[in-house]
Amino acid sequence: MKYFPHTQEDIDSMLKVAGVKSLDDLFSEIPEQLIFKREFALPEAMSEVEIRNFFDTLGKKNCKLTCFAGAGVEDHYAPSIITPLIQRGEFLTAYTPYQPEISQGTLQYIFEYQSMICELTGMDVTNASMYDGTTATAEAMMMCVAAAKKRRKVLISSTINPKVKKVVETYAFYNGVTVETIEERDGVTNLDNLRDKLQGDDVAGVIVAQPNFYGIIEDYTGVAEMCHEKKALMVMNANPSALAVLRTPAEWGADIACGDGQTLGIPMNYGGPYVGYLACTNSLVRKLPGRIVGSTTDVDGKRAYVLTLQAREQHIRREKANSNICSNQSLMALYVTIYTSLMGHKGLKEVNKLSYAGAHYLAEQLVATGKCSMAFDKPFLNEFAVKTNVCPKKIQAALLEKGILGGVRIADDMLLFCVTEQRTKAQIELLIDTVKNL
Amino acid sequence: MSKIVEGLYYAESHEYVKIEGEFGYVGITDYAQHELGNVVYVDMPDVEDEVEAGADFGAVESVKAASDLISPVSGTVVEVNEALNDQPELVNADPYANWIIKVQLSDATEVENLMDAEAYKAHIGE
Amino acid sequence: MIRNYDKLIFELSKEGRMGYSLPKNEFEGYCMCCGIPAHLKRETTPELPQVTEFDVVRHYTNLSNKNFGVDTGFYPLGSCTMKYNPRINEEMAAHPAFTQLHPDAPTECAQGALEVYYNLAASLSELSGLSAFTLNPYAGAHGELTGLMIMRKYHMLRGDHKRTKVIVPDSAHGTNPASAAVCGLQIVEVKSTAKGTVDVEALKPLLDDTVAGIMMTNPNTLGIFETEIPEIAKLVHECGGLLYYDGANLNAVLGKCRPGDMGFDIMHINLHKTFSTPHGGGGPGDGPVGVRAGLEHLLPNPQVKKNEQGIFYLTTDEESAGCVSGFLGNFAVIVRAYTYILTLGRENVKMVGPLAVLNANYVKESLKNEYYLPIEGVCKHEFVFDGLADKSTGVTTLDIAKRLLDYGYHAPTIYFPLLFHQSIMIEPTETESKETLDEFIAVMKKVAQEAAETPDVVKAAPYNTPVRRLDETTAARFPKTTYKQMKG
Repeated sequence: MKYFPHTQEDIDSMLKVAGVKSLDDLFSEIPEQLIFKREFALPEAMSEVEIRNFFDTLGKKNCKLTCFAGAGVEDHYAPSIITPLIQRGEFLTAYTPYQPEISQGTLQYIFEYQSMICELTGMDVTNASMYDGTTATAEAMMMCVAAAKKRRKVLISSTINPKVKKVVETYAFYNGVTVETIEERDGVTNLDNLRDKLQGDDVAGVIVAQPNFYGIIEDYTGVAEMCHEKKALMVMNANPSALAVLRTPAEWGADIACGDGQTLGIPMNYGGPYVGYLACTNSLVRKLPGRIVGSTTDVDGKRAYVLTLQAREQHIRREKANSNICSNQSLMALYVTIYTSLMGHKGLKEVNKLSYAGAHYLAEQLVATGKCSMAFDKPFLNEFAVKTNVCPKKIQAALLEKGILGGVRIADDMLLFCVTEQRTKAQIELLIDTVKNL
Repeated sequence: MSKIVEGLYYAESHEYVKIEGEFGYVGITDYAQHELGNVVYVDMPDVEDEVEAGADFGAVESVKAASDLISPVSGTVVEVNEALNDQPELVNADPYANWIIKVQLSDATEVENLMDAEAYKAHIGE
Repeated sequence: MIRNYDKLIFELSKEGRMGYSLPKNEFEGYCMCCGIPAHLKRETTPELPQVTEFDVVRHYTNLSNKNFGVDTGFYPLGSCTMKYNPRINEEMAAHPAFTQLHPDAPTECAQGALEVYYNLAASLSELSGLSAFTLNPYAGAHGELTGLMIMRKYHMLRGDHKRTKVIVPDSAHGTNPASAAVCGLQIVEVKSTAKGTVDVEALKPLLDDTVAGIMMTNPNTLGIFETEIPEIAKLVHECGGLLYYDGANLNAVLGKCRPGDMGFDIMHINLHKTFSTPHGGGGPGDGPVGVRAGLEHLLPNPQVKKNEQGIFYLTTDEESAGCVSGFLGNFAVIVRAYTYILTLGRENVKMVGPLAVLNANYVKESLKNEYYLPIEGVCKHEFVFDGLADKSTGVTTLDIAKRLLDYGYHAPTIYFPLLFHQSIMIEPTETESKETLDEFIAVMKKVAQEAAETPDVVKAAPYNTPVRRLDETTAARFPKTTYKQMKG
């Protein structure tokens, strides 16, 4: 076996040093009835050739589709150099940077990642990343409750991605936090309903999305003031790629920004790994869970980076920590850092421009087919919902036949389409023709 | 050897309280700051918060440790030592001059449950 | 020199440079400037680097040179199972059929991906002796939280609402109590015996009708097998509680015995430890959670199932503990772990635990004269020294760790477990050769000798690393966590 270096001679001499006669003797204290004796019902070992063939066969059982699905995961372009760089063994096979003297590579890219997330969101401080956007939002919910001390209610807009909402609700349920949903009106958060729900003076935080689940760019004018007047924190779940052009959570007055970094070039990977980001104002830094990297110097005065503010974390605070998170999604944070370095603000703006143009063209043409109408008359970036007068399942099926992953069905008569810079005019025309010909 | 000030009351968890009239100034002892090492942050309650004898009201953090602050007395926080926000190291420099919270005592007799300087000295084995 | 490279990517930035290439705009006339109202657009330009592709390649290559990975050298980090991370795993995870698959693709278009998920879950069931697994949790701590949610939900569904206490051994990792707290449970600590195992006599009085369960690792944090586990399982079950197995130390017994057979009801596995997926500098990992028969419906949604025709599908269960992830976990990590299991096969997987245990005992026995071994006897995959045998030198565990860096080794886990003051926790894993271990043993002896002869040299180590000991106090008192803050 190529992963085991032990020759029989090695084993014999090592057993002697260990003071036992056989490998079995190393387990002699374990009660006999616990020792596993039969063969495992697993396949026999495969060679690399067999492994490759095996996964090729499996891969063929997935369909190769042109992606017009979004709903939180977008098919953006990933520059060629990212994979070779993150595959460097020094990054890939390192552990958490607990020995900073030999982990400056990891620590510095996390510092760069933090800097970039803060630039995009406008927030003061962020951690070294979270698992994904759903759990980052759940952690934001817990930050609100921790900051509010005695309040244990959080409001969440019904226009947020339902997957995010479900995870927030799961965490809240076990944590003893009440989650109330703010109603929607015409595809956006009903601010009158929000105002009403804040009247009880018992709300710790308010969670909204930008763009929202329908792709709409919501107008949150006055929301931060409304929250702060009632001593509630404002949390904005925002698409970080879109923040290159959209008003930032900080500019809206949010206290916490969170979301998924997948849109910053990470492959769709059938759902993961992605990277969650969680950022906040300076005043909340002690409530921020997870790792944080800070700059410092070494004994020779050299600039260096180190995990800091560790006394907030679970390995020190144990049950008093605000979160149980131990790790971060480090390698995916590196992915985002390299992507964002390559794109710069101009590249990100260009990505948004291209996606905007393609999405608006598609929307216009879909309406022109007579089979669809815009579900909402609201500004959007690269994702939009249409109402269909044909069964949406029928549209999806027809598109699949053409190799197109059509919109995500979000209601009985509603489809959500997402366009990125990767979609060509020819692909969009094929989609439109298919719908037209239904 | 740790500095211990006469006239203060001490808790087993290494907080002290200095009584001035109806108020008590609560901080950590010299022994505690020494054990903890370089203090990097003091987590303090808000003014008007209630504290209860034996319950925690905050924490003191060093680089790789955190210690809960247990109030030796009950009452209402009337002041927190704002200077510690920017200069947590003051707790290391002189923990007795740099109290953490000022409490309006709700029960002045509680100090009877605490140690005096001599008893505290014995408690820390010095 | 390369190792002195210390630029930030922001410091390479120059107006006018670019590192991207994007397609032409094929849709003239759709302008974001007029289409989005001004007050919905950002007011400031984000200060991101403007660099060329080559700048980026060289920058991150240089950064990687300041890092130490398993690929670089021996990494005896206790409890972290830093085994070799095979590249075939990476190759399979990078298969475009997986990477380009949208998670909302209809299941009929994702049969291959679902098969990987289903088969890995089934393999983990076979290896652990539990009935069913979810692969949705993203990490060990996340799996642990999910497992505790399942435990709570189990009691809730039975109307047994007063069970809110979780028992953890005093040797447990800080994550156990933190996960319990996030899950709304209270922690009760149970003492360890002098041997480091759970004190059954101390456990008995804690078991009442408020106990939701107990969290344990086996072998425990000290690398000692809890031989009384059948008795513990009996006691906990009799009181109505469940047993949770923290899979942090599963590598020790992989192929030799199974948590399910020990009596555990719920467990998590760290794919990035036992199943060779890379740690990636702190993630992504994946933390599958398994349950015994009768608890399957409590696994988080969505669940992957297979019908009689062999078609895989997604389902949700109303009684499930809830949703803990956006989709089906860190799928690309799942592909890696499955590749590893297929590569090992049934004939090799049973050697993982024995060889890992052999390596640990070999190192332990070779060093116990120089380092103080508080618990004698055969260990499992890891063991703990309590500092140097010679306590007169003033050289601490931290100093030893730092000195090892000079000699080209990653340090062991230090100051954990908390049961000893100078813990040095060593886990060699099965993928290290006798020669590597012999060299490490020689260096450990040399450091012990240096500690006796020239302690000041050890106390100021390291010297040969890209940076030396850091000022962590200033970093924490005046946190500078972004380039903007650093510039002031």
